[in-house]
Amino acid sequence: MSAADGIWNSQEQNRVHRLARAASALGPDLRGKQVSADDAVKLLTAVLECGDRVCLEGNNQKQADFLARALTQLDPAHVHDLHMVQSVLALPEHLDLFENGIASKLDFSFSGPQSARLAKMVAAGRIQIGAIHTYLELFSRYFVDLTPRVSLVCAQAADAQGNLYTGANTEDTPAIVEATAFKGGIVIAQVNELLDTVPRVDIPSDWVNFVIVAPKPNVIEPLFTRDPAQISEIQVLMAMMAIKGLYAEYGVQRLNHGIGFDTAAIELLLPTYAESLGLKGKICQHWALNPHPALIPAIEAGWVQSIHSFGSELGMENYVRARSDVFFTGADGSLRSNRALCQAAGHYACDMFIGSTLQIDLNGHSSTATAGRIAGFGGAPNMGADARGRRHASPAWLKAGAQARQGRGGVHAMPRGQKLVVQIVETFREHMQPAFVETLDAWKLAEQAHMEIPPVMIYGDDVTHILTEEGIANMLLCRTEEEREQAIRGVAGYTPVGLARDARMVENLRDRGVIQRAEDLGIDKRQATRSLLAARTMRDLVRVSGGLYNPPKRFRNW
Amino acid sequence: MEHLKFEFAGQQVPQTFEPILVGVVGSGNLEVLMEPGADPAHCTIAVTTSARGFGSIWEAVARSFQREHQLAGVAISINDMGATPAVVSLRLDQAAASLPSAKGVAK
Repeated sequence: MSAADGIWNSQEQNRVHRLARAASALGPDLRGKQVSADDAVKLLTAVLECGDRVCLEGNNQKQADFLARALTQLDPAHVHDLHMVQSVLALPEHLDLFENGIASKLDFSFSGPQSARLAKMVAAGRIQIGAIHTYLELFSRYFVDLTPRVSLVCAQAADAQGNLYTGANTEDTPAIVEATAFKGGIVIAQVNELLDTVPRVDIPSDWVNFVIVAPKPNVIEPLFTRDPAQISEIQVLMAMMAIKGLYAEYGVQRLNHGIGFDTAAIELLLPTYAESLGLKGKICQHWALNPHPALIPAIEAGWVQSIHSFGSELGMENYVRARSDVFFTGADGSLRSNRALCQAAGHYACDMFIGSTLQIDLNGHSSTATAGRIAGFGGAPNMGADARGRRHASPAWLKAGAQARQGRGGVHAMPRGQKLVVQIVETFREHMQPAFVETLDAWKLAEQAHMEIPPVMIYGDDVTHILTEEGIANMLLCRTEEEREQAIRGVAGYTPVGLARDARMVENLRDRGVIQRAEDLGIDKRQATRSLLAARTMRDLVRVSGGLYNPPKRFRNW
Repeated sequence: MEHLKFEFAGQQVPQTFEPILVGVVGSGNLEVLMEPGADPAHCTIAVTTSARGFGSIWEAVARSFQREHQLAGVAISINDMGATPAVVSLRLDQAAASLPSAKGVAK
């Protein structure tokens, strides 16, 4: 329908029809907005229409797993060709929908655990992928051309009116519900419990149409917990180089860390090594970061002023509650996270992103894509990209920008800053897989999966530094393609890419400070031992937290 | 097990020193033992490794270590259990950092 029919509120009329169908299908079993778990399939059948765009809340961490299972039980003769628009494909059910003929098209951001199966189904023509987005990009499209018609979301609790309490893992819920509720859509929430009064309102009731108490609490993954016992001495050495050669060098106060042991090592070296360099208060005071357990010692030592989070982390609830000066918390005391806002914060308000990768090529393009897996990158591309729209200055941003512009004329003569984007990686990964390659696997994957462009996590022209155990290559100071290539080869260690370096040119780059080795930074490698870590075990983290951190069972090895 | 042996000419002969041992033989790790060597003009590196077929990388690691340190009169023995080149280089550098300065040369 359109203006030609003189009808301008067809979406709202359609919403009324859908709600009426639900009311009639459920009859007296619909109590206000409450639907029993047994009626979930009946409800979904009543409100869904073929071809609907559906957001099934699949987050980085929490999952609307009960509603996912219910959706797979629909009759594909009745409901088919759904267009799924969700940030993460985490559960088998997310792909079962396509196998069962209920859904046909997919727009998403990340598919970690389902990436191999997804690649197979795409190759077999079972799924049509619209595009692979970053988180922020997909949320943005919810408000432009991929607005969900029906959203199936996940919260900790609801009250009788349908107010939702998401608890610490708010994650994607506000962005999804806002787009759906204000554009004629239907919002259905699964909750773990019904309360007379919710501890705080994360989603107001008039944005929510139905609430179902799920038989079991929703699935949630502790993705950001790294056991310090597994941090190697090479990671300690690389963390020392990062702190001295980058954090101190640029005076980085606002930053985001990726997931992994490399950055966990840096977090655990702040109260020890960085403290010994007199850096407390001079670096790392403001973070866009999930509540990483590895950051507890730095927080306890007074290093950290503020942390805003994309999501939460299992076991950190009591610690966060007791440190509300640092974390964003509600009046109830628990963490309020928000992936969309934290992604924006990481992109625009942080001076540095540092994270790991799987492959880097000779142009500095970095990708975790591997053949046979369609995984996507989630938030990394937004964290690891210069914010071209940024207009406020900070010392770190200005220094990086000045290095990139030094001696250049024309359009580059305008004073401007640049975000520090650091890829930290050991030259060889496990099984002696080189991290430096002539050609990214992303090219092969693009061909296999008929992608229009190779899936690159961080483009070479955004990467400012590459840090390996061999040293730091500063891309900002490179002036020619050849210099870039040799700077990368010059920290690529004994990989084939590293062995093929032009030794003289690399020594010249080292003389100019484009490449810096540990010894050039005045680092004594004998100090690179695990005893430099502020916590060496999970138990240490619990102890340093004063017993407030409560690690999930799988991390309790004592 | 694979056995490899490298010998390089060098100039930096350390003053008398007790044997230096760094690292442990464990999965993905190695031990490096540095002792006074018989030949005052050369540094020898003897490798015993559980990982076969990486001879050319061992040679590159040994060569770049020697390029940096120019040792002579030093015998190095390595027992390796599949350490990455990164760990090998770190252990060699850690051991070398514990050597006394070269005879007649202020370090």
